[in-house]
Amino acid sequence: MTLTSILWQIMQTLICLGAAPLVTGFVRFVKARLNGRQGPSPLQPYRDLARLLRKELVLAENASWLFRITPYLIFGFTWMAASLVPSFTTNLVLIPTADMITLVAMLGAARFMIALAGLDVGTSFGGLGASREMMIASLAEPAMLMTVFTLALLTGTTSPARIVDFVLAGGVGLQVSMGLALVAMILVAIAENGRIPIDNPATHLELTMVHEAMVLEYSGRHLALIEAAAMVRLMLYISLISCIFMPWGISQSGKGLEGLVIGLFAYGFKVMTLAALLGLFETVIAKMRVFRYADFLGGALLLSLLATLVLYVSEAV
Amino acid sequence: MDRAMQYDTAHLIGAMVLLFGFQLLYQRRIKSVLTTFAFQAGALSIAAAWQAYIQNSPHLYVTAAIALIFKAFFVPFALNWLIKRLGIHRSVETALGVGPTMIIGVVLVALSIMLVLPVTQGATALTRENLAMAMSVVLLGLLMMITRHNAVTQVVGFMALENGLILAAVGVKGMPLVVEMSVAFSVLVAMILFGIFFFRIRERFDSLDLHYLETVRGDRL
Repeated sequence: MTLTSILWQIMQTLICLGAAPLVTGFVRFVKARLNGRQGPSPLQPYRDLARLLRKELVLAENASWLFRITPYLIFGFTWMAASLVPSFTTNLVLIPTADMITLVAMLGAARFMIALAGLDVGTSFGGLGASREMMIASLAEPAMLMTVFTLALLTGTTSPARIVDFVLAGGVGLQVSMGLALVAMILVAIAENGRIPIDNPATHLELTMVHEAMVLEYSGRHLALIEAAAMVRLMLYISLISCIFMPWGISQSGKGLEGLVIGLFAYGFKVMTLAALLGLFETVIAKMRVFRYADFLGGALLLSLLATLVLYVSEAV
Repeated sequence: MDRAMQYDTAHLIGAMVLLFGFQLLYQRRIKSVLTTFAFQAGALSIAAAWQAYIQNSPHLYVTAAIALIFKAFFVPFALNWLIKRLGIHRSVETALGVGPTMIIGVVLVALSIMLVLPVTQGATALTRENLAMAMSVVLLGLLMMITRHNAVTQVVGFMALENGLILAAVGVKGMPLVVEMSVAFSVLVAMILFGIFFFRIRERFDSLDLHYLETVRGDRL
């Protein structure tokens, strides 16, 4: 543990929170432009969050303590998970504790809390959203874990930083399993972040909403925390995909300040590219029926399964 | 570019063909099935062209061109035209749901891997991977033929199967008659297409023939 690794950890933790609204705003901006609209500035999510933080908190009469602590827990879990994913450097003090399975568990805990909070007030929308969220989770989490297992079999570790080291050292090459795992991971990321084929982040139409239905009762700073957590989660998945599947440019321990600057620029470029691609994808694809979620996420699960299977014919194992 | 990298790229393209094979099982509209098939044929064409490049065997470029022109453009267009012209129902009729079909698909991939592993004990991992992938594409094509009712989707299943065979053939160095094989298959597919066409036309003329209808009515009453 060195002083620099502590410093970079603090910086990373701040970046993944501070830049998350910008990334979300950028996705919305890209979508607006592709739809032929002017669209709000990419900085709009910051203003929205500031407005929500200033607003008065309105609590339902029958809301319990669970309802009140949930936003803090969700935000805490998600932020902690995001700070464990190496973004611009792998020289971070918390890296030894970072583990893909831990990440899945922390996100799962956040999801569990939000589903409970959705049920807590007892409105029908909350229950509906919670049940749908659990359906998605029960399909997305196995797929995510299967992807993690594939990566672990391939690289011999479940730590994102070690995977980065392994890939950068040329240990993987162009692996079919990596490609399949990438597709599976993207499908899971789309589902987990409630992006378009699964859930529309911009809708309040009762037939289709999932995430919005659960947080309908929240207001003021609670809502701000939940929205911020959603933005950080998007950032986390983008960071995870870019650090595992395209780690080029990321700074490793032993590289100097120059490597760090390159790492920062590379990270910014990767995040913006992936965010723009997400915006493009959401523009060209239509929202899926609720009953087809199983096909979509089942596809992700099968792909990750396939990735593991293919490993056994190649030399890698 | 070193040798391992070349083979890895070949496998990546092979995996793309396989993925499109799964995508074929996943689609629920005939139009998107045809689009997916066009993409699969395109991926196959890239695979053949890549093999021609790394094996230094120019005749494989012919296979690539056949795959691209005939299968990626001509056949999907022809089938689209047929569907429009004959008013065939636009959604895919399945004998088995999409989910179970996909699960069976993964089981088939596992099966082909288990088959290929003992058979190719002496061969290198590179050939093994390629063969396993091609065999999976063949089995997925068969699965599609079994689980889809509509004649058009069955033809697509047959052509996907054939894509798998060609993928296997181009991946092995020194395989004779690859080009001839792809030509022969293309002719066969064309025959099947015309077969459907004439079959449907005959069916339609039967039902539209007034003279014929009169005699039928006379029988019934």
